[in-house]
Amino acid sequence: MSKNVYVYAEQRDGVFQKVAYELIGKAKELAADLGQEVVAVALGDKVTDTARELFNYGADQVIVVDHPTLSEYLTEPYTKAMYAIIKAKDPEVVLFGASAIGRDLAPRVSARVHTGLTADCTKLEIDEETKGLMMTRPAFGGNIMATIICPDYRPQMATVRPGVMKALEKDTSKTGEVEVFDAGLNESDVNLKIREVVKETKKVADITEAKILVSGGRGIGGSEGFAPLKELADVLGGEISSSRACVDAGWIVRDHQVGQTGKTVRPDVYIACGISGAIQHAAGMEDSELIIAINKNNTAPIFDIADVGIVGDVNAIVPKLTEALKKIKG
Amino acid sequence: MKNILVCVKQVPDTTEVKLDPKTGTLIRDGVPSIINPDDKAGIEIALQLKEKTGAKVTVLSMGPMQADVAMREALAMGCDDAVLLSGREFAGSDTWATSSAIAAAIKNLPYDLIIAGRQAIDGDTAQVGPQIAEHLGIPHISYVAGVDVEGDTLIVKRDFEDRYHIIEAKTPLLLTALGETTEPRYMTVGGIYDAYREKEVKVWAYEDVKDNVDPANLGLKGSPTRVKKSFTKPVKAAGTLYEDISADEAVEKIISKLQEKYII
Repeated sequence: MSKNVYVYAEQRDGVFQKVAYELIGKAKELAADLGQEVVAVALGDKVTDTARELFNYGADQVIVVDHPTLSEYLTEPYTKAMYAIIKAKDPEVVLFGASAIGRDLAPRVSARVHTGLTADCTKLEIDEETKGLMMTRPAFGGNIMATIICPDYRPQMATVRPGVMKALEKDTSKTGEVEVFDAGLNESDVNLKIREVVKETKKVADITEAKILVSGGRGIGGSEGFAPLKELADVLGGEISSSRACVDAGWIVRDHQVGQTGKTVRPDVYIACGISGAIQHAAGMEDSELIIAINKNNTAPIFDIADVGIVGDVNAIVPKLTEALKKIKG
Repeated sequence: MKNILVCVKQVPDTTEVKLDPKTGTLIRDGVPSIINPDDKAGIEIALQLKEKTGAKVTVLSMGPMQADVAMREALAMGCDDAVLLSGREFAGSDTWATSSAIAAAIKNLPYDLIIAGRQAIDGDTAQVGPQIAEHLGIPHISYVAGVDVEGDTLIVKRDFEDRYHIIEAKTPLLLTALGETTEPRYMTVGGIYDAYREKEVKVWAYEDVKDNVDPANLGLKGSPTRVKKSFTKPVKAAGTLYEDISADEAVEKIISKLQEKYII
């Protein structure tokens, strides 16, 4: 009998990724609806100690595969470890972050297990009648939403984009014993050789972490249009982001891109400057708490999702707004 | 390396898809069909490897007969052979059933290297490539930003959000290519001529692959996942739109909202 909601707790260099905590937060709700528990799974080298932290974020159980072959991400050893756990424990649900790792690992695991996998979910809920997992995701470039089910195979598997679910507050009083699992890994599982690992120093802040985003679109006119946005962001203690158009035009690097092919963000405030708000862009930011949009075109779709819409010239309004905020903040 | 297979999908250009504002349904009429961008990058990587090694490049797709156009485009770019797997047995496939069918077709073909796109713009799942590799029992590397050859070793750049790996790999191997890092070449006039006059697109039906796959793994009935419903996004409650106000008034409106929400 399949049981429990499993979360793949992704780590890099021994540091758990934010999405791992977000998934545990969501898994907690799903497990409550099922009357089951949340199990966090950590794979890595020398991660057993740090894995205790997963209890602090709501995991009821923590399982670790701790092995030298897992020091840097490689598909085969990670797949073998995850597969061994699934075969031994028979989970009801397994969730992965939709990162460059989760989107590599989850399909390989799902094919080995022979079960369904739903990618990039934005909503997960338990069907009251069937107790099955309903997985909702954007499709057709964000034009429609589809709810997917996996009625006849277990576990039900899904990936979830970082920034979509909310993590629980860290609670250090919550703790437990980590289960160390032997997945039977050995050197022969390393079927590809990593010649070099090049860590790219973060040239830009992670926009998914920002509380306030000032975002530029085609309407800012050029790469120089980001300077006043940056000033505004600095006054507000936020970061700058952009639409795809600016990235494609080479005005700003891709790390800043919000949207279907960029990042999903939900800051407290999203100020859209000169962004028309095509559905592909909206898909990445419409869950922001407060959306302020400035655009010359009064029919721009961004106004359909904005809380405050200003039909006007970004280049006139943004510098004035920055000045006014400077005065208020002293 | 003698044989390279490139897996491609013909997709509707989703950036051209519009919603009917009245019914909330997709307007598919007049939406152009294109080779999926990541797959096109895969073709480019294959053609570059062909130039270095002399390998033969075969393009493979599963889809309706209309995908013939996409196959001809791949031939016109420089691919040598084309195989289109088509049939109602494959209709309604999810990623498991799709990858099962494509893997079955691949078992009929000689290959050293298989290249697929990372993901298709209509589904965005990024699952089919890795799942094909699993069905074939060969390693895969996804999110590939570049490939080089050193003797019989492939040197692959694998992208992550915060790093990249340089990986040494031997064939057989499957790669999934990133569209943003590889610019595909254009078709040539001679290439287009050859694609329509000299080359052929082989069409394979279920009968051609049935020895390689359990029919229970194909099509809608072979798909572990089901679409329960699809819908357009609920429209958020309308905010306030200010038109014909001065820049100073606009600043006032924004600031009072930020204050109301305790942002400042």
